[in-house]
Amino acid sequence: MSATTTLEQPKAQPEPPRKNDGGSLKAYLGQNIQQYGMIAALLVIIAIFQVTTDGLMLNPDNIAALIQQNAYVFILAIGMVMVIVAGHIDLSVGSVVAFVGGICAILMTDFELSWPVAVAISIAIGGLVGCWQGFWVAYVGIPAFIVTLGGMLLFRGLAIVVLDQTVAGLPDGFKKISNGSLSPVAGYLGNLDGITVFIGVFAFVGLAVAQVRARRELNKLELHTEPFAAFVGKLVLAALAIGALTYLLASSAGGTPIVLIIVGVLVLIYTFLMNNTIFGRHIYAMGGNLPAAMLSGVKTKRVNFLIFVNMGLLAGVAAVITTSRAGAGIAAAGTNYELDAIAAAFIGGTSVNGGIGKITGAIIGALIMGVLNMGLSIMGTDPAYQQVIKGLVLIAAVALDILNKRRGK
Amino acid sequence: MANDTTPILEMRGITKTFPGVKALSDVTLSVSRGEVHAICGENGAGKSTLMKVLSGVYGHGTYEGDIVFEGETCRFRTVRDSEERGIVIIHQELALSPYLSIAENIFLGNERARGGVINWAQTNKQAADLLARVGLSESPDTKIEDIGVGKQQLVEIAKALSKKVKLLILDEPTAALNDEDSAHLLDLIRHLKGQGITSIIISHKLNEIAAIADSTTIIRDGHSIETLDMHGAEPVTEDRIIRGMVGRDLENRFPSHEPTIGDEVLRIANWTVHHPTDHSRVVVDRADLDVRAGEIVGIAGLMGAGRTELAMSIFGRSYGSGISGQLFLHGKPVTLKTVDAAIEHGIAYATEDRKHYGLNLIEDIKRNTSAAKLKRITKGGVVDAAREVIMAEQYRKDMKTKANSVDVVVGKLSGGNQQKVVLAKWLFAEPEVLILDEPTRGIDVGAKYEIYEIINKLADAGKAVIVISSELPELLGICDRIYAMSQGRITGQLPRAEASQESLMRYMTMEKSGATR
Repeated sequence: MSATTTLEQPKAQPEPPRKNDGGSLKAYLGQNIQQYGMIAALLVIIAIFQVTTDGLMLNPDNIAALIQQNAYVFILAIGMVMVIVAGHIDLSVGSVVAFVGGICAILMTDFELSWPVAVAISIAIGGLVGCWQGFWVAYVGIPAFIVTLGGMLLFRGLAIVVLDQTVAGLPDGFKKISNGSLSPVAGYLGNLDGITVFIGVFAFVGLAVAQVRARRELNKLELHTEPFAAFVGKLVLAALAIGALTYLLASSAGGTPIVLIIVGVLVLIYTFLMNNTIFGRHIYAMGGNLPAAMLSGVKTKRVNFLIFVNMGLLAGVAAVITTSRAGAGIAAAGTNYELDAIAAAFIGGTSVNGGIGKITGAIIGALIMGVLNMGLSIMGTDPAYQQVIKGLVLIAAVALDILNKRRGK
Repeated sequence: MANDTTPILEMRGITKTFPGVKALSDVTLSVSRGEVHAICGENGAGKSTLMKVLSGVYGHGTYEGDIVFEGETCRFRTVRDSEERGIVIIHQELALSPYLSIAENIFLGNERARGGVINWAQTNKQAADLLARVGLSESPDTKIEDIGVGKQQLVEIAKALSKKVKLLILDEPTAALNDEDSAHLLDLIRHLKGQGITSIIISHKLNEIAAIADSTTIIRDGHSIETLDMHGAEPVTEDRIIRGMVGRDLENRFPSHEPTIGDEVLRIANWTVHHPTDHSRVVVDRADLDVRAGEIVGIAGLMGAGRTELAMSIFGRSYGSGISGQLFLHGKPVTLKTVDAAIEHGIAYATEDRKHYGLNLIEDIKRNTSAAKLKRITKGGVVDAAREVIMAEQYRKDMKTKANSVDVVVGKLSGGNQQKVVLAKWLFAEPEVLILDEPTRGIDVGAKYEIYEIINKLADAGKAVIVISSELPELLGICDRIYAMSQGRITGQLPRAEASQESLMRYMTMEKSGATR
């Protein structure tokens, strides 16, 4: 959301000459303060923990663990942003994770299916769960809060039915999804894992090329672009962030966690989906003004249905990852996951009223929560206080967002 | 009237700056005791800002200049401060709570209570007295949602009276009212004047101002231009006010236009629409209507005549139930069951309520522009963002929408510019038939003229245009042919040459005759 302050131009004034650099750097930062504010908050939190934990925070193995522990939040938050932007909520994802995870475990043990088949079926079942909820929300018109509150009870109950006891003894290949890393096929550069370095370089080059091309195209068409300094600054920051992450992971015991690749690919796909496809546009349009979207020919029922099917699919993926991480199907798995995903979305700038929200924002929101978890754990903070702190952070983040918007008016 | 020669209110040298924009610059306003003082100006001229300064919405210290009320310099920090002095503002968007009763709304924030416990007898008794003063014969315990906008406006005034109002400020009080309710409201303002209540009225309806105001202050680009005495030696005409507002003579309020009329594009026959929830109620009754390429056809009618309902039922059945009758496009019968299908078939409907039904206010110009036909800029479901910017920019230029770029959020634009985005959005959809519902509602004279020019251009490009409007001069000024509706029926049609306000009004008020089903 760009909060360009263009108040009404007085009538007699000639239109100001259109500048091609999109105004001053200061104005640009002012407009994007929310987006960068959260990144800055994340960096500050990391820096504080780095000091209070005597450098343990950025220990390479801790970073790898951070990603593996929070993979489910990233994945659920992607779907949750879409649900919230469209003006809904989903309270059931934690229970769905337990239910689908239980089925996944049983498919591999009782039914003796190979793990890739079990994973595929599990994700499909997640999609079916989404169909169920989407049907009630989209076609019957029950508020999502009610449908998913019901779903929360329903699927938790079904999870307990499916798993009368914890199902362990899952295949190693399956457990590797969440606990394993890419094999060091590219050897080592010094003590750095080659494949990790390659992925890091590839990621940055890909990003830089895409950005430069997009900017060049806009310039060629003499259209509005962000200030050059901001553009370069962003690329430098991205290089530093990717570089730091790559270095840390490459020097960790395992290298690149497999779930990082899964999350990365999902973030890319869904960012594209939200920004560049008709489906994504329709989600924002419905969240911003539902009647106007209907009168613009948006098939609102179908879009609502698909949003919940998608949330179900992603809950299926999260179920696979959670079950893999635990190495077992547990009926109590996924407890409070819906709250983690919702908190990540809101901390990441998703509007409580719908219509506004970004996948990348939710990822940053999830990282803030994840870093808090890890940092406080390393410091040995009482879990009770950890909850207190996370609760305050959620309120503070949304309060800042609201205050910032009020000031912008 | 106005025997006391000291003005009740003087605002001197008011300057109000928002980041980057000077909204008011050295504005002076002097209102005599007991008069009706009109404030005119184009949208964005600064009228509402001035009234917000006066009523304490923008508190003391956020602006420069002095407010002198009844001879005392006032420093209002909040709305409550100004209300304590007897200055009450009624905003364009009414501030009533729909599920509370009339009495509860009147005393909201000002409850008749002792020790926090509401005295219902007193509440309802006093509310009934106030309702009698504004000429509203509803029971005080009627819920707000159960009465129409016209009556709600009267409740607002009753609420103001409960606060011992001395200076009543009305921001566009008749914008949402029909003619009858408007007339009643203006009568009430006159009546209140007789009781010594001074009023400031902001209105775009110049005929109303001419009818009711004792003096008129014109504001343009944040400056106070002049104050006209409406009872002076020289009569103040609407054109005189317009000249002050736009700073130039609009020798013609409507651009001249020579139509080139082609073949029939859209025709409906025997078109009947029932109410969406009350299926037994007929909202549009056996309507026949046609429009040709290059033709601008008007639909006149009073509130509730069924004009919007007719238009929306044509537009992919977005209104109503039990729709029957035939719809022909280029002579061929078609069935359009969804909005999507209507857009596909080249029909566009630009709503009368752009904020609620037309635009996504938190989204920018380009995304609003492309919203109704994203397919134009997508391939395999993927949006070509660069093309979107280019095309939105092209439409922005064509419409002369005032904004620095198409990245500007639509909610920050003025009403006229928002309306241009609505038009751009529907032109982007490449329609053959364009239904414009109240295309100039709530926008200023200069922008209206630009909208008329756009409408003419569309007709010249071979589009069939249907204009629904409550302003008869507007229909007479721009349409080639005008239909009149009354109580769901099309009661007549007149070519422009034969139409007059009087003839149209006769058809618009025609009662349902004998045989109806």
